Amino acid sequence: MSGASQGNPARFRTPLKGVRGLGPAKEGIHHFVIQRMTAVALVPLTLWLVWLVLRVMHADYAQARALVHDPLNATLLLAFVLALFWHVQLGIQVVLEDYVHTRWLEVTAQVLLKFFCVLGVLACWFAIVRIALA
Amino acid sequence: MQDAATERAAVVSTLMDRTQTRNGTDIMPHTARPISPHLDIYRWQLTMTLSIIHRATGIALAVGTLLVIWALFALAAGAESFAHVQAFCASKIGLVLLIGWTWSLFFHLGNGIRHLAWDTGWGFEIPRAYATGWTVVVFSLLATALVWTCVFVRGGVA
Repeated sequence: MSGASQGNPARFRTPLKGVRGLGPAKEGIHHFVIQRMTAVALVPLTLWLVWLVLRVMHADYAQARALVHDPLNATLLLAFVLALFWHVQLGIQVVLEDYVHTRWLEVTAQVLLKFFCVLGVLACWFAIVRIALA
Repeated sequence: MQDAATERAAVVSTLMDRTQTRNGTDIMPHTARPISPHLDIYRWQLTMTLSIIHRATGIALAVGTLLVIWALFALAAGAESFAHVQAFCASKIGLVLLIGWTWSLFFHLGNGIRHLAWDTGWGFEIPRAYATGWTVVVFSLLATALVWTCVFVRGGVA
């Protein structure tokens, strides 16, 4: 009590410091919101993908390429791949947070996960664009 | 009688050790209650099972993205590479994986929609949570059966 009046800076530190940038600042829900948005996007995209894969399964190579070459299919595939890997990153991130209790292992796994997902998107985009523009 | 009293005192003392902070203040009442809902004492029920399966299928599908990358790369690379993907998909291991991923996909999709409904505040009542849960189970099985019927009716994979 007397500490505050005597100018002890520790007395002025409130729990607010620890939560700044989280809930009330609308930043802490970023993970939640993006996970839901990618989920909503993936509902129609996944159903469409199942349809596309069923057609690709019984196609020969040229027909399969033609399906991905189609501008609408190519666009939807680009969108699907982005939503997919983003959703994977957010989901597996939580799984790692929950089950990996060794700090350095968890951080390593989180970094590798992000690298994998970014690379996954780039690789798929590259392949799709290459087929679409061929 | 004396023994019972001593025993009881020992139990109470042990519990107090567990429920006191370092400076001796109580943080829990001195009763032998389970500390938290640990899985090994929980009665197994549909809702928790589906929750666990949602996670498991999510992890399985994350692994499945490898096939997506491989298939798209092979399709871009040429007919020979694409034939490898088709051969893998038509193999026994490939088939088991594909059918597993198909079911995982439909389960995660259905249960994901259930989660989205919960996010709006709908469906938390116990009977409704069970009804939607069973709906997801039935949907995932039917959708998987439908997709693979389509595949096999048209002559199997590739």
